[in-house]
Amino acid sequence: MSFNYLVFVKQVPDTKNVTGQAMKPDGTVNRAALPAIFNPEDLNALELAIQLKERFGGEVTVATMGPPAAAEVLRQALYRGADKVALITDRAFAGADTLATSYTLSCFAKNTTKFDLILCGRQAIDGDTAQVGPQLAEKLDLPQICYVEEVLALDKKKIRARRAIDGGFETVECPLPLMLSVIDSNEPRPPSVKRMMKYKKAKTRAELAAKRSSYTDAEELARQEQEYRAKGLWIEEFSAADAKADPERIGLKGSPTKVKNIESVVLKASEMKKVEASEAGIRSLVGELIKEHILG
Amino acid sequence: MTSKIGNVWVFAEQEGGKIASVSLELVSKGRELAATLGVKTEAVLLGNNIEKSTATLFHYGCSKVYLAESPDLEPFTVLPFADTIIKLAKQHRPNILLFGATPKGRELAPRVASALLAGLTADCTNLRIDDFDDKINGKSYKNKLMQIRPAFGGNIIATIVNTWEDPQMVTVRPGVMRLGEPDASRKGEIEKVKVEIPAHLKVLKVLDKVQKEKSVDLLSSQIVVAGGYGVGSKENFRLVYDLARTIGADVGASRAAVDAGWIDHDHQVGQTGVTVRPKLYIACGISGSIQHRAGMAESGIIVAVNSDPGAPIFSVAHYGIVGDLNDVIPKMIKAYKTKG
Repeated sequence: MSFNYLVFVKQVPDTKNVTGQAMKPDGTVNRAALPAIFNPEDLNALELAIQLKERFGGEVTVATMGPPAAAEVLRQALYRGADKVALITDRAFAGADTLATSYTLSCFAKNTTKFDLILCGRQAIDGDTAQVGPQLAEKLDLPQICYVEEVLALDKKKIRARRAIDGGFETVECPLPLMLSVIDSNEPRPPSVKRMMKYKKAKTRAELAAKRSSYTDAEELARQEQEYRAKGLWIEEFSAADAKADPERIGLKGSPTKVKNIESVVLKASEMKKVEASEAGIRSLVGELIKEHILG
Repeated sequence: MTSKIGNVWVFAEQEGGKIASVSLELVSKGRELAATLGVKTEAVLLGNNIEKSTATLFHYGCSKVYLAESPDLEPFTVLPFADTIIKLAKQHRPNILLFGATPKGRELAPRVASALLAGLTADCTNLRIDDFDDKINGKSYKNKLMQIRPAFGGNIIATIVNTWEDPQMVTVRPGVMRLGEPDASRKGEIEKVKVEIPAHLKVLKVLDKVQKEKSVDLLSSQIVVAGGYGVGSKENFRLVYDLARTIGADVGASRAAVDAGWIDHDHQVGQTGVTVRPKLYIACGISGSIQHRAGMAESGIIVAVNSDPGAPIFSVAHYGIVGDLNDVIPKMIKAYKTKG
């Protein structure tokens, strides 16, 4: 038995460190000013895919849509055990909402890969929407199992999985191919040092070209590309055209939702009454709350 | 000249025939939006043998319920639900379609939105009707739904507008919108929907389902005593429980306390927990991160106890006590027990 696992991941700004300065005047996020990390639940999806490969065989492909710098999460995926990676990148993707994003990912999946299972993290910490997974499944006309905790069984025809529901869990069975969204119920493995030594050299064409300072001879680049490919260090890039995506349905153009405005969160000014931590202070507070019928 | 716009729809979530509180909150909000637009508030209710549940929806102000009953819609599985709602929405073209941001709503709404090519905004904290000038594309829109939500970990508040064809779709977390008053005399119309689910959408089988009641339901709590990282240990949460028991409160917690393993996730208040608006909220040893404040800032009276006078929780508190909770909580208990 052997399966093709396709994992979609996202490089996200570390939202714990967002400040007002990280916003551009037009209300969009200045990603360049923020530390970029591997979206946490996407690491859980990758971990599950690698575990499935170890249990049932197959090949793990990791893909991300993002700017050229997102190649970094693909290297991170290689360190952890991904077999193949792909960077879906094009200026025309900029400004995509979840609908345009899921459309783009669906084109990539349908037109450039073979898959039995698509795995996504439940949600990304920059938006917390949890929408792209189910939207992608709809675009590919696939069934979905959301909030997967554990895969119990897998064969060529179907999968059995345990998923979280409100206040408990469900065991479900579903035929392949399908989309799984994964929650943080496994422990993602750390990068392997051996793989890191090898794959830290992995590069996209853009990265390779940027590295050349003395000459940018096209033939020389092509020769190097062959070398990187032969060593398994090539990170393939896919443009909108490569994914056969309709230009009208990607990026800002393909996004029905528009941002009207953005405000930084301002603390509501409250007239706080300071209460002394003494017995008398606290007794008067409790008395006041009882008098106002707030405490019974 | 204006073309007739569609109604406001609420996806009425139910489990065992009981309508989820978030759906009733959305009906309450939906009536407000519908009144501004001059349209009606309607619900779509899916399941099997659930006709009785329509009464609750009418009491909260729905004028019509689209009722889809079929064995294929019980238990909940996402594909048959999505298929039914997509067909209904295509037929009736609602102007607005609201979902609770529950586990079910969050896997269902994106599928529906994707099929309808509609914009979808997750976890809105406020909704209102306004006009929108899209300066980038030089277009103006009348009476659009302003979809207001926190983003980037709660650091910013964004107003989003769906500029494509209706429906305008959003999800809203439980507890965020205010529940209106039910009126048992209100009645409405039931429109039964013929349910025909194609075989290829009935492929997912639920083999087993384990669901327990939540250990606490903070959404309906009148008084919440919440503990944070400052409580210090699982053992010390006893103090928080003691105070809660004494004054008849439920126990809440910050994410830090839940992550530390001191208390179950059911108790978590904040952006990734529940949003509460009790009449009294006592925060003990909670620093008050933006995510926590998002889940409790609307409480009637907020009392904060923290040893750090600079803790952000004091910025939303009505009463602040700078002190050690190990000292302050016993004093509160004593003061309450010896009242009047």
